[in-house]
Amino acid sequence: MLSAQRQDENPCRPRHFKPPPCAPVVTDSEASARLETCRMRLLFSAAAFVLIFVVIGLRLVDIALIPGAAAEPHIARVAPPPPVPARADIVDRNGRLLATMIDSPNLYADTRQIIDPREATRALLTVLPQLDAAKVYAALTSGKTFVYLQRHLTPRQQYDINRLGIPGFEFEPGTRRFYPLGDLAAHVVGYTDIDDNGRAGLEYDLNEELKNRSQPLQLSLDSRVQFVLRDELQKVVNNFTAKGAAGIVMNVRTGEIVAMVSLPDFDPNHPGAAERDVEPGHVNQAMFDKATLGDYELGSVMKIFNTAMVLDDGVSSMTSEYDASHSIHIGRFTISDYHGKHRWLSVPEIFIYSSNIGSAREALAAGAERQKAFLTRLGLLTPPKIQLHDVAMPHYPKDWREINVMTIAYGHGIAISPLACITGVAAIINGGILRPATLLKVPPGTDPPGVRVISARTSEEMRKLMRLVVEYGTARFAETPGYVVGGKTGTAEKNKHGRYELTTLVSTFVGAFPMNDPQYAVLALVDEPHGNKESHGYATAGWTVVPATGRIIERIAPLLGVAPVDESSPAIEQSLQISSLQGKRIEAY
Amino acid sequence: MRFARIDQSLVARWWWTIDRWNLGALGVLLVCGIVLSLSASPAVALRLHLGALYFVKRQMVTAPLALAIMIWVSLLSPRWIRRIAVIGFVISLVALALTFVIGVEIKGSRRWIDFAGLSLQPSEFIKPTFAIVAAWLFAEQKQRPNFPGNAISVILFAAIIAMTIMQPDIGMTVVIAAVWFSQFFMTGLRLYWAAVGTFGGLAGLAGAYFWVPHVTVRVNHFLDPALGDSYQVNRSLEAFAHGGIWGTGPGEGTIKNVLPDAHADFVFAVAGEEFGLIACLAIVALFAFIVLRGLSRLMQENNLFVLLGASGLLIQFGLQAVINMASTVHLIPTKGMTLPFLSYGGSSMLALALGMGMVLALTRRRLGGDQL
Repeated sequence: MLSAQRQDENPCRPRHFKPPPCAPVVTDSEASARLETCRMRLLFSAAAFVLIFVVIGLRLVDIALIPGAAAEPHIARVAPPPPVPARADIVDRNGRLLATMIDSPNLYADTRQIIDPREATRALLTVLPQLDAAKVYAALTSGKTFVYLQRHLTPRQQYDINRLGIPGFEFEPGTRRFYPLGDLAAHVVGYTDIDDNGRAGLEYDLNEELKNRSQPLQLSLDSRVQFVLRDELQKVVNNFTAKGAAGIVMNVRTGEIVAMVSLPDFDPNHPGAAERDVEPGHVNQAMFDKATLGDYELGSVMKIFNTAMVLDDGVSSMTSEYDASHSIHIGRFTISDYHGKHRWLSVPEIFIYSSNIGSAREALAAGAERQKAFLTRLGLLTPPKIQLHDVAMPHYPKDWREINVMTIAYGHGIAISPLACITGVAAIINGGILRPATLLKVPPGTDPPGVRVISARTSEEMRKLMRLVVEYGTARFAETPGYVVGGKTGTAEKNKHGRYELTTLVSTFVGAFPMNDPQYAVLALVDEPHGNKESHGYATAGWTVVPATGRIIERIAPLLGVAPVDESSPAIEQSLQISSLQGKRIEAY
Repeated sequence: MRFARIDQSLVARWWWTIDRWNLGALGVLLVCGIVLSLSASPAVALRLHLGALYFVKRQMVTAPLALAIMIWVSLLSPRWIRRIAVIGFVISLVALALTFVIGVEIKGSRRWIDFAGLSLQPSEFIKPTFAIVAAWLFAEQKQRPNFPGNAISVILFAAIIAMTIMQPDIGMTVVIAAVWFSQFFMTGLRLYWAAVGTFGGLAGLAGAYFWVPHVTVRVNHFLDPALGDSYQVNRSLEAFAHGGIWGTGPGEGTIKNVLPDAHADFVFAVAGEEFGLIACLAIVALFAFIVLRGLSRLMQENNLFVLLGASGLLIQFGLQAVINMASTVHLIPTKGMTLPFLSYGGSSMLALALGMGMVLALTRRRLGGDQL
């Protein structure tokens, strides 16, 4: 075949292109040589492809199977956000749970999956009847992929909603703070908001610590003692139709608060319920912690400090006597005794008979400066130190005049919180060392630092005097066989709008046991009690909180490991004997 | 299908002469594409608020259409292939020029034009048609040395890459240049010129690095992962590692949910996560099979035009596959390039169907050997 002819037969030749007659002719051999080159170079491309495919295959094996090798520098794994540490639990001194985190899913809706919003709303309201049907319907028809319907479901509610079988209702894992013991220690422990941030109590004041610590926070509270204290105070409130009550049990050697109650209280699992019941402009009685934030004129209870002052500063001795035969008239005030003896009284007698006149004269003997310095030393003129920030600022006169000196002696004209009072009393009876109150457990064996405020001798004398009040004085109903209880009562009229009202009382008892070697102090206060038949119409401390404290001590002493003793044993009799009163008959109060 | 050897009908002749292995392999690829779109695209579609099966439905329409185009084109004779290629090339070239006038700007480059409600990317259709046109011009030059085939193809090539660079579409430019240059190389280009061309290509890439900002960024991120924001490729590698040998199972992948281009450029990573290393190696093998079988079949080819045209198309197909896979496994900087028939993308799939249909048509066994 001629090559010219062959070329003309080439079907790929453009039709319009007619080869010129003497077009260069490509010979057969040339053409085949060129095809050969072409194939060789094609082979080259194929080889390159083989190489690349093999490299890709090896790379696949590398990244899929050897995560630590070559792939490592490139695989910047999304570092999972560090798990949000759950808020630490709060436990009592024995490890009993007071506050913990529980799973509590949130319900949301992916509204695009809701088939029938009306039916879904109706069904949801059968499980969560508190929801507003109109709002739920509006949310379900919003077209959004994520709408919260209800946060913090209980497992039961979650189960019931799942059982409805409605597509589009989804659960988001969530947690919430739970207080297994409910209102038992509501004021101390406090509560959190919906985002688990502390709103009140230790939850608020130790918020950062609770967020960050890994171990449970152990409190000084003993939930069993807390229960007894709350139970007995509740009875007092009920029996005497009182406005409220407060109580504290403190370890006098360490300052640990073993129990602290304020009534009425609230359920920290539903703090909103307590908040709602309050009329605007009124103090929320349930939320208000009377034990730390309440400021009370404690009346005769303050004679503990007055007596300790005159004894410790050497103003008086146990044998000093003061004229209590007449009421004191100063300006428009008259200071008189409820059960006046109308004679000179010794220091122990003034204390036991709770003589206002005698106390005022003692204070006058000491003078304003001494009185002020002594109260300052005991921390009663500043807010008490404790982990809670919500503590009461004490109230006392700016100008410390003579009349103030006299009234403060028997507990009027000065208002302090129950917490401040029991902290001071603990220092008076524990040998004279003032230690700040604490809500955190003090490890056994450690001795928290304290400041000496009175001598050991004065402390011993005060113990004896307080024991006498229970043996012969106003607090005889507090006597609990075997626990050598001592204390001091106080019944104060409440100062309302600058006037003392005879019918609104604050009755207080501060006691401790066992008085030969005090371990625990107990304070019980009842706000506005009303006398009943059993108390012969009295609402004074001796008829209200004193018997309650007796019962409290009877119930908590075994829990606290205080062994009962025989009060009539010579050793104990001797340790509580007041030599100056030897041979004298102590008149019944 | 059964046809008697002596049956001379169009379909029967097609059946006996077509490369049935490659036809089958391409069919498998299309099916894989649908399966992978089911895996990869719902997450993306939901992110774009399109309804879970938006991309799947479109793929289900595009894939059969692609198969139909491929089979129809493969029925044609080489002469018809050339005619279609020339016509398609002219239309595509005009459309490509028009993108600068009436183009739609998507993600910072003007590559698309709206045509009858469809967004078409003319440069995708330039690729296969230009491969055929260039093959014809080179072959003609060799057949008749006084026909200025080489010169014309150089001019056309320069015009095309000027436009794709201006768009800018560096990936497209690289593929078109590589295909055209390998075709030129196969025509017997002197090694001196081959070296010059290779050097020129590398210089062009360097130029892209220095003057095209997003190329600079991508190459820098490739070279130094510490620069950050290599989000896609990191998720991609993570997907392969998560999948391991056997994969997490269909629908069980989690990283696809955060992979922005899971349905398109990074579909290979989704395959790695859900179907594992075995499936990925199988996909690599499938691409290798198609390319190498096609090329080996051409080794017996005696017609220069067919040889150049079909190999150009196969190289284009293989190059696109390896560039996509290599950037997914982080062997090269990320490059916007679809994985043939597996990635979602209408223009790309139809253009590839056209290209592979042409390959099938050109690699059909012809009676008479070198005759067309």
